[in-house]
Amino acid sequence: MNDLLDPLLLSRWQFGLTTIYHFLFVPLTIGLALTAAIFQTAWVRTDKATYLQLTRFFGKIFLINFAMGVVTGIVQEFQFGMNWSDYSRFVGDVFGAPLALEGLLAFFLEATFIGLWIFGWDRLPRKLHLATIWVTAAASILSAYFIIAANAFMQNPVGYEINAAKGRAELTDIWALLTNKVALAAFPHTIFACFMVTAALIVSAAAWHLSRNQHLDTMRPALKFGLWMMVIAGGLTFLSGDQLGLAMVQTQPMKMAAAEALYNTSTGANASFSLFTLGTPDGVSELFSIRIPYLLSFLSTHTFDGTVEGINDLQAQYTSLYGPGDYTPVIWVTYWAFRYMILFGAISVATAVVGLWVTRKGRSPKKRWIWKVAIWSMPVPLAAMIVGWVFTEMGRQPWIVFSLLKTQDAVSPNTSGLEVLISLVAFTLIYGTLAVVEFRLIKKAVQKGPDEPAAPDVITGEIRHEATIY
Amino acid sequence: MDLAVVWFFLVGFFFIGYFVLDGFDFGVGMALPFLGRDDTDRRLVINTIGPIWDLNETWVIVAGATMFAAFPEWYATLFSGFYLVFLAILLALILRGVSFEYRHQRPELAWKKRFDRMIVIGSAVPAFLWGLVFANVVRGLPLDAGFNFTGSVVDLFTPYALLGGVTTLLLFFTHGVIFISLKTDGPIRARARALASRAGLLTIVVAAAFLVWTTVSFGTVVSGILSAFAAVTLIAAYLANLRGAERWSFALMASTIAVAVLSLFASLFPDVLPATNDAAHSLTVSNASSSAYTLTIMSWVAVVFVPLILLYQGFTYWVFRKRLSRASITGEHEEAGSAESTGGGSGFGAAGGPASSLT
Ligand code: HDD
Ligand code: HEM
Ligand code: HEM
Repeated sequence: MNDLLDPLLLSRWQFGLTTIYHFLFVPLTIGLALTAAIFQTAWVRTDKATYLQLTRFFGKIFLINFAMGVVTGIVQEFQFGMNWSDYSRFVGDVFGAPLALEGLLAFFLEATFIGLWIFGWDRLPRKLHLATIWVTAAASILSAYFIIAANAFMQNPVGYEINAAKGRAELTDIWALLTNKVALAAFPHTIFACFMVTAALIVSAAAWHLSRNQHLDTMRPALKFGLWMMVIAGGLTFLSGDQLGLAMVQTQPMKMAAAEALYNTSTGANASFSLFTLGTPDGVSELFSIRIPYLLSFLSTHTFDGTVEGINDLQAQYTSLYGPGDYTPVIWVTYWAFRYMILFGAISVATAVVGLWVTRKGRSPKKRWIWKVAIWSMPVPLAAMIVGWVFTEMGRQPWIVFSLLKTQDAVSPNTSGLEVLISLVAFTLIYGTLAVVEFRLIKKAVQKGPDEPAAPDVITGEIRHEATIY
Repeated sequence: MDLAVVWFFLVGFFFIGYFVLDGFDFGVGMALPFLGRDDTDRRLVINTIGPIWDLNETWVIVAGATMFAAFPEWYATLFSGFYLVFLAILLALILRGVSFEYRHQRPELAWKKRFDRMIVIGSAVPAFLWGLVFANVVRGLPLDAGFNFTGSVVDLFTPYALLGGVTTLLLFFTHGVIFISLKTDGPIRARARALASRAGLLTIVVAAAFLVWTTVSFGTVVSGILSAFAAVTLIAAYLANLRGAERWSFALMASTIAVAVLSLFASLFPDVLPATNDAAHSLTVSNASSSAYTLTIMSWVAVVFVPLILLYQGFTYWVFRKRLSRASITGEHEEAGSAESTGGGSGFGAAGGPASSLT
């Protein structure tokens, strides 16, 4: 019974679930802001009504999605203090700075300009109105940078020194913090992954209409846009993921070893990458696997004869460095999360390439199942994104700040298990309900399709665009 | 001056910004059942804050984040100590935020009513709880040597804290109703003014009681002067509302809230969270703050960006300065609108013609 009310365990579950939930909406916010900005620019340049319709169509989905990103984001920020007060005490001097920067530089901009964009259609001159969506898009990407820089400090602490008297880490070099090599690699990787998720939504929405032979003039270009966005963003996600892998091996070799369930240090051909493994349930020994020789060596070092450290060596090394303890993350989670991230990403990109082929030169496939695949491809990159984060965060365990602070020492000492249980249940219920409502509303907006272009004014010949009103 | 002291007041500044701005959002939300006789009215009420509630809410994110960065100990103690209270605030803010967005997604009245209720709850709960939180901060909490709150959640509901909660609830309510009178036209504007004068009286009584209690029990000379000042502006706001000077009453109400929060911060200083059990366990500006380096970086950022932030947020308020009326909700403004130029800056100054024609 006591275990059930363990504040540490409950706080971990709560933080994990609420962050994942927050991150269900963030990719679409980041990607759709940019999409709307691109279509609106095309409209301002060409005056073609199709582009305006697309802007407003995706803008509407963006809006439904945005509110959720905001309200779940506040939960994230408060939780550092509520559930992880000893963590906040330990890292606040360092970690608080990027969070404050995020608020001051990015969130304010984003929240202000999104209001101007949504409600400003009929109040701002065209060019200025166009600028507001670009600012919104830029601010959302900027906010991602700061939060990832904060997270990167947890993966690879830099730019700090330990103040023993105060028992905390203190910032000594903000530039080092903001140019953490993990942040520099994780930022493009995450942003491109966000674009993949958005691309999948666009493809799915367009396919839904095209398969019903409706809204052809808007949805054909949307489909092309989405497919190309997926292929390009996908390629860039893979390239940046490769860079991120290199940074990870240098900073957290244990995570790479755990990603491959590599127990013994291996070199060259032996440092193989397994596509699939069947092992004993504890993961300690393997029964069957399909392996690609050299690949792990290449992923980790960009050479074919590199050496990849194994879990056993690292465990021994860490014990001598940090004292006795278990420094190995949960292997089956890291192993499969890493594979599914790559697999789901590969499926997404492959689907998009096939999609480009079957729709080449204005073709439109007749077979219904092709459209079905396109429609149902939406959750795949989102799943890649989620397991990617699960890998990143759980692969860091037992540390909350790698090499400095363990998760078990970070939890609020005075918050009872019962309190955390109450909040965990409350968040689960409210988030669960909202997820259903949110999904239905987005689906409804997608299926309603773009609105007809507004008719020009009889007297002035000008087209007025109604702003949103609640 | 010591940077930690500067940041104490800067954190105060962000909380003041939050309470002044999201304060009227809460009031607008709470006023929904009082002023919204039909759906058009309720939409009208909500749309007065449509373009700005999100940016107002962002102030609490920044207030929290700057507190985290500048006073990690304070942030950690406060947020873990008030665990369930902050949980309730979060849940309420979630309900409120999504309800604004969702209520207009379907035409059925039952659907809208459900979200209207959530907007009321989602506004009233934080309006009350923020007062409760700050009253407890001023009064102090039992803290152990590690600065952790040693009491339980029931200890937070003292008479003084409850009075603090009712005070912010009423202040925000009146503030929001006055905001509606400033931002609307037609019958609702008159109704808002009438409601503000009724609510105003009650607010004056309760807020005066709270400020006197604060000053007598926890106050300093400075905080006492500030409290008195807040009381005067509150009464002036009430009188201005009676005379129909909407801009004045809104501005005075905003300064009441600002000065009242400032007086709370002044009575705290130099503590940030006094320990009621042992003064040695109190969190102070110096023992709770970040290193000089972090504070210096943050100061530079604040110096550059706070003016910029005020500028573009001011711009938003300016763009949406037009009063709303039932006609602007039902779409009748279209005809009036197309006669205006779409040329932005000009042509959307005063209340539109159709507003009066409908009333
Ligand atoms: C659509 C999503 C998606 C796709 C297709 C990929 N990733 Fe990824 N990956 C993410 C989405 C993601 C992510 C969710 O965005 C993560 C979590 C943390 C981060 O920075 O990005 C991530 C983390 C992450 C990490 C962990 C970084 C760390 O813990 O420090 C590595 C090493 C990779 N990725 C590498 C790859 C490689 C080599 C890929 C393909 C060949 C790949 N990712 C495809
Ligand atoms: C700045 C960004 C982030 C920070 C500071 C952060 C911080 C944390 C913290 C404090 C924990 C709790 C300790 C633990 O249980 O391991 C945690 C766990 C977790 N986070 Fe993150 N996180 C960030 C981003 C994300 C994102 C965007 C996601 C996914 C969408 C995510 C997914 C998780 C998961 C799944 C866990 C649970 C791990 C476990 O149970 O061991 N994190 N993270
Ligand atoms: C655990 C760490 C995280 C915290 C504390 C956090 C905090 C927040 C907060 C407070 C908001 C609301 C801002 C507003 O009102 O505009 C927000 C929204 C947002 N967050 Fe997070 N966040 C976290 C993880 C992430 C990550 C990893 C990313 C990006 C890669 C991200 C990207 C965004 C974006 C783009 C928004 C604004 C768009 C939207 O509201 O949907 N967040 N976040």
